[in-house]
Amino acid sequence: MVNDPNKLDSMEKLKEESRFLRGTIEEGLQDPITASISEDDTKLLKFHGSYQQDDRDIRDERRKQKLEPAYQFMLRVAIPGGVATPKQWLATDELAQKYGDHTIKLTTRQAFQLHGILKWNLKDTIKTINEALMTTIAACGDVNRNVMCNPNPYQSEVHQEIQDWAQKISDHLSPKTGAYHEIWLDKEKIIDSKEEEEPIYGKTYLPRKFKIGIAAPPSNDVDVFSQDIGLIAIIENDQVQGFNVVVGGGMGSTHGNTNTYPQLGKIAGYCAKKDVVDVAEKIVTIQRDYGNRSDRKNARFKYTIDRYGLDWFKQELAERLGWELEEAKEYHFDHNGDRYGWIKGSNRWHLTLFVENGRVKDSDDYKLMTALREIANIHTGDFRLTPNQNLVIANATAPKKKKINEILDMYGIRDGKQYSGLRRNSIACVAMPTCGLAMAESERYLPSLIDKIEGLLAEEGLQDEEIVIRMSGCPNGCSRPALAEIAFIGKAPGKYNLYLGGSFIGDRLNQLYRENIGEEEILATLKEIFQDFAQNRTNKEHFGDFVVRKGYVDEVFDGQNFHRDMKGVL
Amino acid sequence: MLTLQVVNSPFDEKQTEILNQILPTLTDAQKNWLSGYLAASQSHSSQSVTPVEQPAPTQVKTRTVTILYGSETGNSQELAEQLSKQLKDMQRDVTVSAMDDFKPKKLKEAEDLFIITATHGEGDPPDNAIQFHEFLHSRKAPKLEDVNFSVLSLGDESYEHFCQTGKDFDKRLEELGATRIHPRVDCDVDYEEPADEWISEVIGILKKDAGNNTQTVDTQPTPAEQPIYSKNNPYSAEVLDNIVLSGKGSNKETRHIEISLEGSNLSYEPGDCLAIYPKNDPALVQAIIEELKWNAEQTIPINKQGEIRSVQEALTSIFEITRITKGLLEKASTYFNHEHLQELVKDPEKVKAYIDGRDLLDLIIDYPPKQLDPTSIMHFLRKIPARQYSIASSYQANPDEVHLTLATVRYHTHGRDRCGVCTGEIADRIKPGDQLNVYVHKNPNFKFPMDEETPVIMIGPGTGVAPFRGYIEEREELELKGKTWLFFGDQHFRTDFLYQVDWQNWLKQGYLSKMDVAFSRDSEQKVYVQHRMQEKAKELFEWIEAGAHLFVCGDEKRMAKDVHEALISIISEQGKLSEEAAKEYINKLKQEKRYQRDVY
Repeated sequence: MVNDPNKLDSMEKLKEESRFLRGTIEEGLQDPITASISEDDTKLLKFHGSYQQDDRDIRDERRKQKLEPAYQFMLRVAIPGGVATPKQWLATDELAQKYGDHTIKLTTRQAFQLHGILKWNLKDTIKTINEALMTTIAACGDVNRNVMCNPNPYQSEVHQEIQDWAQKISDHLSPKTGAYHEIWLDKEKIIDSKEEEEPIYGKTYLPRKFKIGIAAPPSNDVDVFSQDIGLIAIIENDQVQGFNVVVGGGMGSTHGNTNTYPQLGKIAGYCAKKDVVDVAEKIVTIQRDYGNRSDRKNARFKYTIDRYGLDWFKQELAERLGWELEEAKEYHFDHNGDRYGWIKGSNRWHLTLFVENGRVKDSDDYKLMTALREIANIHTGDFRLTPNQNLVIANATAPKKKKINEILDMYGIRDGKQYSGLRRNSIACVAMPTCGLAMAESERYLPSLIDKIEGLLAEEGLQDEEIVIRMSGCPNGCSRPALAEIAFIGKAPGKYNLYLGGSFIGDRLNQLYRENIGEEEILATLKEIFQDFAQNRTNKEHFGDFVVRKGYVDEVFDGQNFHRDMKGVL
Repeated sequence: MLTLQVVNSPFDEKQTEILNQILPTLTDAQKNWLSGYLAASQSHSSQSVTPVEQPAPTQVKTRTVTILYGSETGNSQELAEQLSKQLKDMQRDVTVSAMDDFKPKKLKEAEDLFIITATHGEGDPPDNAIQFHEFLHSRKAPKLEDVNFSVLSLGDESYEHFCQTGKDFDKRLEELGATRIHPRVDCDVDYEEPADEWISEVIGILKKDAGNNTQTVDTQPTPAEQPIYSKNNPYSAEVLDNIVLSGKGSNKETRHIEISLEGSNLSYEPGDCLAIYPKNDPALVQAIIEELKWNAEQTIPINKQGEIRSVQEALTSIFEITRITKGLLEKASTYFNHEHLQELVKDPEKVKAYIDGRDLLDLIIDYPPKQLDPTSIMHFLRKIPARQYSIASSYQANPDEVHLTLATVRYHTHGRDRCGVCTGEIADRIKPGDQLNVYVHKNPNFKFPMDEETPVIMIGPGTGVAPFRGYIEEREELELKGKTWLFFGDQHFRTDFLYQVDWQNWLKQGYLSKMDVAFSRDSEQKVYVQHRMQEKAKELFEWIEAGAHLFVCGDEKRMAKDVHEALISIISEQGKLSEEAAKEYINKLKQEKRYQRDVY
């Protein structure tokens, strides 16, 4: 209705003709001459939760050796709200050892990611994940992705209820195609796929990926303003009443294309909790019908909202619901990072554990993966992946808490409180060597850059200052860099754009301050600003607020101003 | 007797008169001798036998246009297609292609060449231009004196190495002798306007030249004198490339060597071998000289003809020092003047045990000779024999090159690390630019059908795959499709799939129609090529019945034997024949040259 059928992006045709996401994936898995699948199938495979990647460290070397790239697959396990049982943890751990690269990545959307899976092992891996009652379907692709939820360890009953809503929304918006079960789980093939249908999505699914997250104030750990639909739980008397509905946030942009920008979600109103699944569905259908299907770089819901306006959206939503959203309720956020260590809530113990960049692995002197496996073997509560790539070992009884501490002590694992305020608030996406989109290092580089920035902060006596710092290898922004007080987005190997001025609670966008600079210039630039900050900050002023007040960058609340009047960049 | 006339011969009046006088007087034997004499001397004195000037055959030709792009996001490609369309509208002969889809050797034939390229990351070429960029900057790049060119580069000024790839091409084309007909234009992210300008200016130049864009092409071949290189007169060939094919983590070290035959006049067919005269390891030579306390510079005779070399050179390039034989021991025993050695040679069993895996250094340490005179070594040491390797390239496709696939042999025995003389030399000491003495060894018992009708089954695990690469490359060059089926195997898919990308391309293009692979160490049960053949027994037999030719290359002791047995069992099962009858069936294939092997 709004998309000219003659100008559709080629992905639309691909989806339309894929027989509900089947394509020729099954045939591709059988081809013994290549460890890859066809390009079209890689696009469909995303809907099944997997990206084809290759080891970019040896890509050039292999090309000279007349070998194809070292193809491998990343598999994303969608776990709504990031809650997994110890059994699920162990199943994931075992797959990482057997078929993966011996690590688990805890993602910024509370999913498990396995890397380095070979084509020949993909089916067995997905099957095993499903046997452990998890799934990879819709972990990627032009559909609703893993629904995020605050893993609130303070109030267990409230958390349980929000978590239930995350699960319900996730289930409701999950694709209904039989392709997944046929290809991976040996379910009988549907002979005539015409009988099949996707009641919410239709044959061409959404124009682009779609993300939903639920925040529980005062924590904005899910970065509710970065979501296509953000839901802010309104809690009164320890009871969830309903949700403020935020629409049209998103992180991604394209270098050099000012028609693309990160955007903050806008508050559209409030709905009672019983209506939230319906509201989510109707919003998804608005994006389905009005999203741009001819230019994937302008297809996210944020552009739809900006193109038609919030008022139009409210009206359209009211028409589809048959009722209007109520006025938004009061809420208050005070941080978007995690708080580490043990706390007690509802008679159970919960440990928030710092996991650097979400990478669970064993290194020579830090056997985190082994320690967590041993904990999973004795733990009777659950594991919760946080939106900041950390881990909560939740719902431990007092005796289990003691045992867990013994295991942690044995392996020298510490909760993270010992780290600087900067490192405690850091996020890095995966980037090199596996992510095909990365233009520069991220996860492998940020820790050492933080070492150096910590040095600068210490010179100014700022080592305990909490500053949100995020790095992404490309402007798609998996680490939600556009909301950080200090952010780096990769441009080329060793070169980054430096952004400043996000808020500590994730409700303001940052702005480009220096373009395409290397480490030396990064450090020199920050050193000067830290000196100014140490001398001229007002009482308890956060770094992001300071750089805006002092005019290093503009205050940006609307992504459409993200590229405007950049003061830092000449 | 025919009488020569000016009108029916190439001679003028005076010549005709003289010839007509002499010709009728000649005997048959004299005529035969004369015709042979004239034919043989033709190359030396072509002028004198064709004294009448003939106009050289000429042809008139418009200059062709080649547009190559390196594209990251599709912009360069779009511009290339835009330029191509406009030129085609002007009736020009245009080729437009991504750089890596363009056959590098076609570059020699290019006339008007336009490069449109983006730049990736820190000044690197875009993915689909990497190989072409590398080729053009390598020593394999041809001279481009007849080429006119211009470069359009797209980039992003915020990068330090702005438009670097375009700059690289622009500079390199000039270095190779091409003429820049329009200066390079570097565009920032808002490339549209300058790019359009470049396109219209380039078209303007071609239009201006359109009036005189024809040229005379001389098609007359120029005869050249050539020495003939052979076993006794090897060609000193330049090594162009020497790369390890085995990927990171492989247990193997299999190499791909490219050698230049440019100017050698050597040619070869699929299935032929290249022989290489290796040089001994200088460290081993040094150790022997030190052990014997010889003077490396002393000159010694190396043959009965009295040619001389320094001790150093003789031990490096002339004599074999890495193996000892029974004959060598017997002869040495008279020169070494060592009691125990004289005893040893009397016992054939002990000789056999001793020579296994030992070399000259072992011998002189175990049985130190008393005052061994270096001038005597020609009496007991053999000359280094040439090593033969199956050629892995097609002469038709690369007339100036020959490619080899070598497995580097390394082992530890009798207390020392050792390696193959030739493979070790190439692995450890030969770099691109170095020389190797080579000649072509014809292999008449490994000859492939060159038509589209005969089905061909090739079985070549490991380095045995080399001749099949040459064969399929030749089929590609001759544009022969038809039915071809390759069985390949090695240890691991990821690291040992030799020439994987080549096979993938040929499968895509249809020059290879089927391929089955067996990677023995990727699964718990070891799988080899013969198992894959068994799995496809029915189809394999159908191919054989339809007249397929079978080729086996590689390891003799195990692979070729197992493959042979697999064939017997497949033919017996599928053809419902007794084992005897199946063997008879295979013998018949051999007699008909439909089952050929090159095993070692």
